Amino acid sequence: MTAEERQVGSPVGGAAPQKQEVPPWRLLATLGTAGAMAGFLIVFVFVATEPAIKAHKAEVLRLAIQEVLKGPARFDTLFVHEGALQEQLPPGMDAEQVEQIYVGYAEDGSQVGFAIASAEPGFQDIIRLIFGYDSNTGATLGMKVLESKETPGLGDKIEKDMTFVQQFDAAVAPLVGVSARQSTGDEHEIDMITGVTISSRAVIRIINNSLERLGPLLESYNGGGSQ
Amino acid sequence: MRATTPRQDFVRGIWQENPVLVHMLGLCPALAVTNTVANSLAMGLATFFVLTGSSLLVSTFKRFIPHEVRISTYILIIATFVTIADMSLEAIVPDVHKALGAFIALIVVNCMILGRQEAFSSKRPVLRSLLDAFGTGIGFIIAMLMMGTVREVLGNGSFLGWSLFGPNYEPWVIFVLPPGGFFTIGFILLGLNWVERRKKQKPMVREWPEGVASEKAA
Repeated sequence: MTAEERQVGSPVGGAAPQKQEVPPWRLLATLGTAGAMAGFLIVFVFVATEPAIKAHKAEVLRLAIQEVLKGPARFDTLFVHEGALQEQLPPGMDAEQVEQIYVGYAEDGSQVGFAIASAEPGFQDIIRLIFGYDSNTGATLGMKVLESKETPGLGDKIEKDMTFVQQFDAAVAPLVGVSARQSTGDEHEIDMITGVTISSRAVIRIINNSLERLGPLLESYNGGGSQ
Repeated sequence: MRATTPRQDFVRGIWQENPVLVHMLGLCPALAVTNTVANSLAMGLATFFVLTGSSLLVSTFKRFIPHEVRISTYILIIATFVTIADMSLEAIVPDVHKALGAFIALIVVNCMILGRQEAFSSKRPVLRSLLDAFGTGIGFIIAMLMMGTVREVLGNGSFLGWSLFGPNYEPWVIFVLPPGGFFTIGFILLGLNWVERRKKQKPMVREWPEGVASEKAA
């Protein structure tokens, strides 16, 4: 060990006899400088990584919309504002703070349906999903989980168990969750996954609640002939 | 403090004083995110990055950090590197970031990292601290990969997503669930301790020179 190391090591050893009082301003200055440097570094990395993160999120959302609306020719974004769906972003508002709904169109310009993203608590944490909905027939067109921290191997079956996911391709709202044994084949019924009751029920609840909340808006949007 | 050679600083953390398998530090991520090999590797690399970066800064600025506020300063430095790792992972490998979830942020409270700063980097020169961080970081990655391999192979029948046993294999799901983490670490520690004990006992028998035993008996 060099003399320099010993010198640096000694005050940390605990039994330093010549303990010097460090002035408070030095403690403050150390923490202040360290904090400022940390802040600077974080801001730098944040600015550098933000475009990639945002682009990825937008791409994930775009793919999810394509999936739940079964590949529409194009889709538009609608903004939920003051109890109505608006095609333009309300002036003076940030697009990220306004709830958005997506409306998909087929090649011939006819409406395919709406894609609605919504989130509510599941078993472990918030489940965020997007689903397609045809307001003319009242049927769901598809469902995709966007974010969930459900138990790997159990709760995550709500996104990995295709038999469960595909039931949302043609179920009629309001949805009713039943266990596989009680299934009668009714169009409102969704067979829940055995052992994943809470997460399955959460998915059904999220869809029912968002339709209850947004259903009238969708109908008035279509009734208004603004297509 | 015990004097060590640079080689010892580096090698020690890899196996002999492996942070997870010997010191039992950083067990939280080792139990929580090792359900697949890919997750284990990503977590290991993120921790390696944070450990190396923090050791570099702590040993560089150790003279300017007063004893009274050293822990707060170390945590601040570690938290900065964790935030950088978190944002970089989200930008570069979003799927892995999603799989690791909250555990990346929790690297801040990994006692292995704070332990190395307090025990080593705050007292040693920069290069030695870097060697120590490399060794400990590699040791952590090795431990994570051991856990991840056992759990993914048994619990999912695959390695890095490649199916090993074909579609007829019934996965041992418990191994990818939290209890499987405890079982795996338990069996790995059991095996390692058994090997260590055998290694210690064997030379005593072997090195006994021939004829000594009979002389003693006589």
